[in-house]
Amino acid sequence: MRYLCLLVGEPDMEVPVPGTPEFMQMLSDYESATRAMAADGVLVDSGPLQPPSSATTLRVRGGEPLVTDGPFAELKEQIGGYYVLDCADLDEALRRVATIPAARYGAIEVRPLMVMPDQA
Amino acid sequence: MTSQAEIVFRREWGRAVAVVARLTGDLGLAEDAVQDAFAAAVGRWAIEPLPSDPSGWLFTVAKHPALDRLRREARRSAKEQAAMLILGQRDPPPPTGKIADDRLRLIFACCHPALDPGTRVAVTLRTLCGLSTAEIARSFLLSEATMAQRLVRAKRKIRDAAIPFRVPADDELPGRVGGVLRVVYLVFTEGHQATEGPRVVRDELCDEAVRLARLLADLCPEEPEVLGLLALLLLTDARRGARATAGGRLVLLEDQDRRQWDRAKIDEGTQVLDRAMRLRRPGPYQLQAAIAACHAAAEHSGVTDWAEIAALYAALARCEPSPVVHANRAVAVAMAEGPAAGLAILDELRDDSQCQRWHLMHACRADLLRRLGRTAEAGEAYRMALALDPPPAEREFLAGRLAEIHH
Repeated sequence: MRYLCLLVGEPDMEVPVPGTPEFMQMLSDYESATRAMAADGVLVDSGPLQPPSSATTLRVRGGEPLVTDGPFAELKEQIGGYYVLDCADLDEALRRVATIPAARYGAIEVRPLMVMPDQA
Repeated sequence: MTSQAEIVFRREWGRAVAVVARLTGDLGLAEDAVQDAFAAAVGRWAIEPLPSDPSGWLFTVAKHPALDRLRREARRSAKEQAAMLILGQRDPPPPTGKIADDRLRLIFACCHPALDPGTRVAVTLRTLCGLSTAEIARSFLLSEATMAQRLVRAKRKIRDAAIPFRVPADDELPGRVGGVLRVVYLVFTEGHQATEGPRVVRDELCDEAVRLARLLADLCPEEPEVLGLLALLLLTDARRGARATAGGRLVLLEDQDRRQWDRAKIDEGTQVLDRAMRLRRPGPYQLQAAIAACHAAAEHSGVTDWAEIAALYAALARCEPSPVVHANRAVAVAMAEGPAAGLAILDELRDDSQCQRWHLMHACRADLLRRLGRTAEAGEAYRMALALDPPPAEREFLAGRLAEIHH
């Protein structure tokens, strides 16, 4: 089962700022968590995202593309990155996700990917 | 349902669903398949003798529709394909792991923290214990449609998010076992005071809850609340035989023939409670077990130590301030200090809407008012309890009391 894990920043939480030892520690925690998931064959893909201000949203209406600046919805919580994990079950996914620093500084939403017929 | 099939249904439903669910990872599918197998069994066992191994027969019949549906559905994961291979075999392979009990695995899936807390008990009662949606809706004070929706949602989530049918590893157990204890307790309660059907006690639910509590106590022998729950269930279950007349009428604790209490269960429950208390981490189940032990120690209701029971309920109300606990505390205080003192506690709960929809609250109030000679108010409270649609055995009891005070 594949899971999309969305790393969500919560506005009330304090996050280490660049240049501090805490920030360096967080980076190295990300690295070791990701490396362990890759070594165990669980990691499909992952990456940090540029801030929501860099987002562009597209809709096609009446055959015409409609492009707007910004994310599709203005939320206080911001998605800052993602992991796609391939795990035996939800318990394994949750165990893995608990090692990602974002879980300490915000929240991680774990969503199973739908299995499509041609992937069977 | 023919009575033979009904007996097998009560005994085997949970096990059959648990096995098919473990193999397919799909609770909804497992339930449908077992339901169909029982439908087939009803027709067959009406004309033929019961097979020597009804459980094996059911599994064999249940796996066919499960297999067919997995074949038909285009959406098929690797896990389901594996399940098809297994289901194609004649007998289910035994589960592997620390505790080889499918029903225990099923309950850990149903009580997974990724499910809505309010739905965990409901989905366990449906899938493990075979209660109808109507029965579950009633014990949760919800409409049947709302309950049906919640059950479907929970079962879909178990399947789609791949919540495993597995007893958690040792390091995860302490965090997971609390939710399971709660569910086992509620399964027992549902059996002990059946909300549906003509019987006062549903033996199969009580038996199943005690069985699960024993398994959990084997799994976590150093967790005092796990032992506390087992003690509580044993001490309460010991009264089962005295709780209803042969005609199915409810007998109150004070009127029960205590010679009919099961001494072996009382002794075992008391020993388990002692073991729990020696671990010196008290909690709600241990307190409730201690209350049950107080009742068990009294040779007749006249010598019950109500002051001790009221003190235990006060401690319980501090860690679990629920309407049920307050109501029970009120009864104990009434016994220790008189009905007026008990009524004062109940009157504090007047503004609690959940409390007001609970028939036993009104029944309890009615009884205290009756003892105080406030007949008109007592009659009003009995009528309110009856209006909340209590189970048949309690209805009869309440209607009897109502008729009495008008004479």
